[in-house]
Amino acid sequence: MSQDEVLATATVVVAQTAARTEVQTATPAVAQTGVRTTGPAAAAPSSATPSPWRSVISRIGGTLLVNELRTMFRRNRNLVLLAALAAIPIAIGIAIKVSLRHHGQNAGGFLAQVSNNGLFLVFASLSLTLPIFLPMALGVVAGDSISGEASQGTLRYLLVAPVGRIRLLAVKGVSLVVFCLVSTAVVSLAALLTGLALFPTGPVTLLSGDSISMGAATVKAVWITLLVAASLLGLAALGLFVSTLTDTPIAAMAVATGVTILCGIMQVIPQLSAIQPWLYTAQWPSYADVLRDPVYFSGIEHNLEIQAGYVAVFTLAAWARLTTRDVSS
Amino acid sequence: MSTGAEVVGAAAPVAAGVTPVATGVAGGVKAGVAAQADGSVPAIATSGLSKRFRGGQLAVDTLDLAVPQGAVFGFLGPNGSGKTTTIRMLLGLITPTAGGCRLFGETVDASRVSTLTRVGALIEGPAHYPYLTGRANLARYDAADRTADPATRARRIDRALEQVGLGSAAEKKAKNYSLGMKQRLGLACALLQPRDLLILDEPTNGLDPQGMREIRSLITSLAAQGTTVFLSSHLLDEIEQVCTDVAIMSRGRLVSQGSVTQLRAGQRARLTVTTPDPADAARVLAEQGGTDVQVAGHRVDCDAREDLAPDVVCAALVASGVRVLAFGVERPSLEDAFVALTGEGFDVAG
Ligand SMILES: Nc1ncnc2c1ncn2[C@@H]1O[C@H](COP(=O)(O)OP(=O)(O)O)[C@@H](O)[C@H]1O
Ligand SMILES: [Mg+2]
Repeated sequence: MSQDEVLATATVVVAQTAARTEVQTATPAVAQTGVRTTGPAAAAPSSATPSPWRSVISRIGGTLLVNELRTMFRRNRNLVLLAALAAIPIAIGIAIKVSLRHHGQNAGGFLAQVSNNGLFLVFASLSLTLPIFLPMALGVVAGDSISGEASQGTLRYLLVAPVGRIRLLAVKGVSLVVFCLVSTAVVSLAALLTGLALFPTGPVTLLSGDSISMGAATVKAVWITLLVAASLLGLAALGLFVSTLTDTPIAAMAVATGVTILCGIMQVIPQLSAIQPWLYTAQWPSYADVLRDPVYFSGIEHNLEIQAGYVAVFTLAAWARLTTRDVSS
Repeated sequence: MSTGAEVVGAAAPVAAGVTPVATGVAGGVKAGVAAQADGSVPAIATSGLSKRFRGGQLAVDTLDLAVPQGAVFGFLGPNGSGKTTTIRMLLGLITPTAGGCRLFGETVDASRVSTLTRVGALIEGPAHYPYLTGRANLARYDAADRTADPATRARRIDRALEQVGLGSAAEKKAKNYSLGMKQRLGLACALLQPRDLLILDEPTNGLDPQGMREIRSLITSLAAQGTTVFLSSHLLDEIEQVCTDVAIMSRGRLVSQGSVTQLRAGQRARLTVTTPDPADAARVLAEQGGTDVQVAGHRVDCDAREDLAPDVVCAALVASGVRVLAFGVERPSLEDAFVALTGEGFDVAG
């Protein structure tokens, strides 16, 4: 046996000894996995009686949706947006109260009615936030929805988790619908509480001149909140689509918030009258028709049709884009 | 740089460590791996896989890879050689411009991702929600996997955090994690469920030496339980220490594929003498039949051929009055093989 071979044999012996210690040090990990593999079996009794709610959620693959909503409403940025929205009716209420006390003067429209009936602060606040603040908040959240994940790199990890791309789009879309509803409801609730706290209540005089009870008017306020939330759906879909186009969330957010302002401008240029009825902002004021007796439905219906059209077109576009794009961020 | 003896010593524990646990029989290194390799579909198989980016660059060029189940497969290549691009294609994140790939015999693409529940992955560094805690990050990724049981989620997350040594930092926001902690959290994400395949793109990036060692031993123990590991890296020590097989990429092309030993065998061992009498030593080596004798200062070396018994050569040197300070056989390291295959150039391939 040559010296080299002796050396080699010695090395193998050393190596095998090392291997044994290696195996020993690895044993705790193996033991742990043993525990893990028995885990599901041990958990079987508890999962034998699953809550029906949970099984429904997992049937539709919705645990991600639950997580998405929880993440959305725990994120500081979104909470700040919602807090800012809540602050608007409070500020309006206080301003009206203060101006009443000092000048006894009154503004026009819904604002004029607030000092007589606190419930009108809901209508006034929605009419003031719908053109700018609500779309801005939504634009930020919608524009960030996919592009934010892409720029963080979390998109690739979600996709390999794995989440099918269609399911991801569905989860993001549904969570944006929830955001529309929550952001509008936050404005309404803040306005309702402020209105009730600062101003008198009583029968409500409608735009058509009739007078209805406070209870009936509150029901109308709920309907209006829902309609305003629905008015935002077209923009939500547009923002979702834009956010699939880029890995730069700021760009998507800028487009999604800016497009509402652009629509506002296009709305007042006479030469664009041909397309004006099809802008998603075209029928936004229609919700006020709920405050008539009988309710005028034509504007509301037109609004819902426009929103449905935008949702269909842009969701399809977002689907086409997301399911074919390379995720290289 | 490692010498032959160290290399063998370092590589052996892995191979030896894999088998006893995996098969329950000590000593059957080859048999253990071969039994899985035969008969079963490869964990990863690509054929003619190519990706040309929109700029026109061919990042991956007709790649044919076969990773047998149970292997710890090292995927080596200089920066920009197409490793990450390949991994993204394997995972269905980007669409190949030609060719295709299969994981466990199933195609994976943008619309077919179900096979990925069997795969844990770390792709070009970790990514997290900075505003969520480490634990909440893992909960989100776990919720994303439809097959993950919500009932065992908390327990699996705790275990994954323990495995990567993040147990005590679980409640910190991810934005406050250090680079190495983020890397560990990324690994924890890959370990949330028992996986059949782990695809790890440079997993020890940014880790401290302890972290690297732990990750290596984690990989070894996972492999021992039968997990196939596909490990991309440019750290050759790492590959040498844990991998059974390697593939080497260069400019998007596969330049070599085989076992670590095979690859290193491509390089010849050298017989080296350190001596204050280099001229005499060179003469003796040549007399003994040494070829390619080279002298560099006090170091003289020649090809270590089979018929050149080191003990005889050493005795001859001493008999000729050469003062021998050091004598030995230097086995080439994987690094030598790597540089030989991918070139010395430092500039990345554009
Ligand atoms: N999205 C992209 N667009 C254009 N070129 C890209 C893209 N991603 C990677 N590349 C190029 O492809 C080549 C391979 O990159 P990559 O796979 O990341 O290399 P590595 O082996 O370092 O992981 C590089 O030259 C890189 O510039
Ligand atoms: Mg890379």
